[in-house]
Amino acid sequence: MPTKQMLVALLTLFVCPHLLFAAGTVSGKVTYTGTPARQKPIDMSKEPSCAKQHATPVTTETVVAGPNNALDNVVVYVSSGAPDDGQVPAQAVTYDQKGCQYIPHVQAMHVNQELKILNDDQTSHNIHPLAKVNREWNKSQPPGTPPLSEKFDKPEFIPVKCNVHPWMHGYFAVLTTNHYDVSKDGGDFKLPNLPPGKYTITAWHESYGTQTADVTITGNETKDVKFTFTAKPY
Amino acid sequence: MMTIRKTCLCILLIAMATGIALAQGSGISSGYPTPRNGFSVSEQRGHGLYLRYCVYCHGVYGDGNGDNAPFIDPKPRDFTIATFKCRSTPTGTLPLDSDLIHTLVRGVETSNMPSWRPLSDENRDDLIAYIKTFSERWKTEKPGEPIKIPPETPVDIASIRRGHDLFEKVECWKCHGQQGHGDGPSASTLTDSKDQPIRPYNFASAGNDGRFKCGVTNEDLYRIFMTGLDGTPMPSFADVIQPNDAWDLVHYLRTLQVNRRSKEREVLKAAGGPTTLKTPENKSENNSPANSTTLVRSGGR
Repeated sequence: MPTKQMLVALLTLFVCPHLLFAAGTVSGKVTYTGTPARQKPIDMSKEPSCAKQHATPVTTETVVAGPNNALDNVVVYVSSGAPDDGQVPAQAVTYDQKGCQYIPHVQAMHVNQELKILNDDQTSHNIHPLAKVNREWNKSQPPGTPPLSEKFDKPEFIPVKCNVHPWMHGYFAVLTTNHYDVSKDGGDFKLPNLPPGKYTITAWHESYGTQTADVTITGNETKDVKFTFTAKPY
Repeated sequence: MMTIRKTCLCILLIAMATGIALAQGSGISSGYPTPRNGFSVSEQRGHGLYLRYCVYCHGVYGDGNGDNAPFIDPKPRDFTIATFKCRSTPTGTLPLDSDLIHTLVRGVETSNMPSWRPLSDENRDDLIAYIKTFSERWKTEKPGEPIKIPPETPVDIASIRRGHDLFEKVECWKCHGQQGHGDGPSASTLTDSKDQPIRPYNFASAGNDGRFKCGVTNEDLYRIFMTGLDGTPMPSFADVIQPNDAWDLVHYLRTLQVNRRSKEREVLKAAGGPTTLKTPENKSENNSPANSTTLVRSGGR
């Protein structure tokens, strides 16, 4: 059987080598139409060690909009057709608590990938992922203690909060693919290294829900995909 | 004529016997309404008991939306998500059956969940068997490994002092308040996992029995902060407090139960009372980082 597969691979290499080594890219921009909800200023006066880290008042991040109606913090990922489902990256992703904010606000990761949670603040936080499909847990992390090492074994978009500092809200996006990006710097995203094939690309936003687009990659090419969400004023 | 009568009698007897057998199989014989198919005998009995005792708060579907739920604070437990406050197992894991049975026997302090001590052991086992049918988690996951609790360390003023130090450093006071009255700066903003407001435990509210939400003994108190109360803002401290040091925190927390006569309070009183604990370095409203060797430190594991 392996011999037959090798023969097919060799034949393909000779007949159409671009199919073996080709890797396309899906890139684009996430935008919105309408009027997004106005983000509320956060009063951190009860936590002076955090308040002093911000020169200007911090606002909530349920909608992070940029110039030209750009929308950041949208998880864009290959929801079907990705060839590497099940391959868990060895490298951990990190989720930092700094200035009583979650950095990044949305952290995407593969199912069962190590997630390191840091506390860079001079105050205690409690990490409380409100999982429904995975297990909900809640752990204290005082300043100076080691990073927490966690993982989630099922795909889910999990809200995260700190009960001590009620303004701290974020998300873990646990996916079954390594082809993902979170829109930033004006709504831009990029999904490189996609072999030829048909893909469904999904974009998820914590306030505006999901959108999908079908894309076919045929070789070394970059396909442009745009997602436009309808903003809700409240 | 006699033959026809005998035949009719036989048919009647067979019909009665079949009816009784069916009723027994469906749970009617137990006096409880007919349960769903596919239940074990214990689950069937538990279903009947649930409809009699639990359904008004926890609801027909076990989702905590019973008829009484709108009038109850905190809200009844939602069994469909299989998240339980009082456990001997780590945060994020399923409890042991014995944990659930203890909750039934004890009730949950500062909530509407009463003690079900009058029920028989068999009744309680059946109820636990039934509430586990509300979530698939019980079929796909095993309960967690219970946390290990070392033997209690001696109650002395040094231990109470160290416990007070830990209370400041892990910032229990942010929710529970400096005196443990449940009035810390974050107290008014706390919500449970269903976004319902929830109050932190007020240590001073305990009577002489010194009851906590999940128990009454020092070991129960140890378990509460090392496992956390899942579904609530109370986190687990198992990753940051060393097992032996946790006893120091237990001893200090007991001194906050001002209406309870205890060895911890006697020791503190003999040493000069609560003011002796307030050394300048541990009046930590200053938010200084923890620097005690009693916390699990970065790089120290």
